Parts: sequence; structure tokens; C-alpha cells
Amino acid sequence: MGLQAYLILAAVLFGIGLFGVVTRRNTIGILLGIELMLNAVNINLVAFARFSGSEVGMVFTVFAICITVAEAAMGLAIVILLFRIRRTVMADHLDLLKG
Amino acid sequence: MSITEILFYAFSGVLLVSAVGVITARNPVHAALFLVFSFFNSAVLWMLLEAEFLAAVQLLLYAGGIVTIVVFAIVVTERLVGERITQTSRRITAGGVTALALIALVVNAISRQPLPTAREPLTTDLTRTIGESVLTRFVLPFELLGVLMLAAMLGAVYFARPED
Repeated sequence: MGLQAYLILAAVLFGIGLFGVVTRRNTIGILLGIELMLNAVNINLVAFARFSGSEVGMVFTVFAICITVAEAAMGLAIVILLFRIRRTVMADHLDLLKG
Repeated sequence: MSITEILFYAFSGVLLVSAVGVITARNPVHAALFLVFSFFNSAVLWMLLEAEFLAAVQLLLYAGGIVTIVVFAIVVTERLVGERITQTSRRITAGGVTALALIALVVNAISRQPLPTAREPLTTDLTRTIGESVLTRFVLPFELLGVLMLAAMLGAVYFARPED
């Protein structure tokens, strides 16, 4: 398999994730879309690292995965906190900053 | 067609189908389970790229860790009695146009570039090389990552503390 196939797969996966982020109304659904997009980026990084014969891309992937875990934990903690305050997780109803 | 190509097309097809499931499932728990399945498939794709360590990290951290947190968050936030757990989508046209335009742009850019079709042969143990470079060349980012994880853990515990 050439590098091109992996890159196109990751691009389509990123597009699917972006569609989810734009269209979902549930905050947790939006976070799931972001996870899909980050996964597509990781596929790209691993494919580039393997085809260039260097391990640096894979080290970067390890870092990216760890940062994604931190991001998911914080995002879901904020969702739980918002649910406590507003009793909803729908993004349209979270208008606390509206003047 | 070699066995590797057949495996690649099979698993990337399943990956894309389960990714579509993540963004279209009406039940958020089903969406989270589709996400587990898509992470599992991308771990298989990484095994095809001979990155076994990263495939294991993917299964442990993502499929095991993140999805557990997601399901927990869904259960905590949607426990309203008598109300069905569903979610809907809006602005499908805008989302579809944005996603399709992005995919077309990236695929166009990829097809213009001369890209390698064969891999460099592996000379060393990749897992060993990753471990060594994390503890030598990339030791400062590695330590900073530890600080970041600690901060994230403290933040999550602070936000999720019991109401007083």
C-alpha cells in the first residue's frame, strides 16, 4: 500500500469528524467528532513516519495521543459541570455568555 | 492483489462505516461504541504499518480509557427519568458542504504530490527506538507531558467534585 492510500483515508475520516462537529447538537457528540478528527491526524503521522523510515513521527504520535486523553478528560469534566449548572448538554441551550 | 492490500481496504472500509456511525447514531451510547470500533480498526491499520506499540497504546488509551470516560459522562448527564436518550443533528447542508470541500481540497493536494509507494525497510526494533528517543532526544517534552497530565487530572477532579 502506498502512502497516498493512507493519506486519503485520513482525509476522509477527518471530513467525517468535521461533519459531526458542525452538525451535532449534543456537546458529547461534538467531542466524539473531535476525537475522530484527532484519530485521522494520528493515522497520517504514523503513515508518514513509517514511509520515511524515521521514528520521530511515531514519538510525536505518542505525545499527540497523551494530549488527546488530557483534552477528553477536561472536555468531559466541563460538560458534566455545565450539566450541573444548566441541566442540559445541548450546545444551543448553553448561552451563559449571551449579553 | 496482495493480502496486505485486501486487509487495508477491508479495515479502512469498516473504519469509515463506523466513523459515519459515530456521527449519525441517535443514541449517544451507540455513538461511543461506534467510536470504540473505529479506534480498534485504526489500531489494526497501524499494525499493518508495523507500528505495533502504537496500536497497543491506541487500544489501551483510546478504546479502553477515553470511551469509558465518554460513556460515564453520557450516563451522568442524561439520567433524566422518563426522557429518551436521543440526539439529533442540525445544519446538515452546511456541515456536508464544509466536510466535502475540505476532503476535496486535501485529496487534490495529495494527488498533486509525488509520494513514496514503497516503505523503507525496517532495520531496528521500532518499539525500542521509540522508547530510546523518548528518554534521550525527547526527554524534555516527555517530562512536560507528565506535568500536563497532572494538571489535567487535577482539573478534572476539581470540576467533578461533589456539589457543596
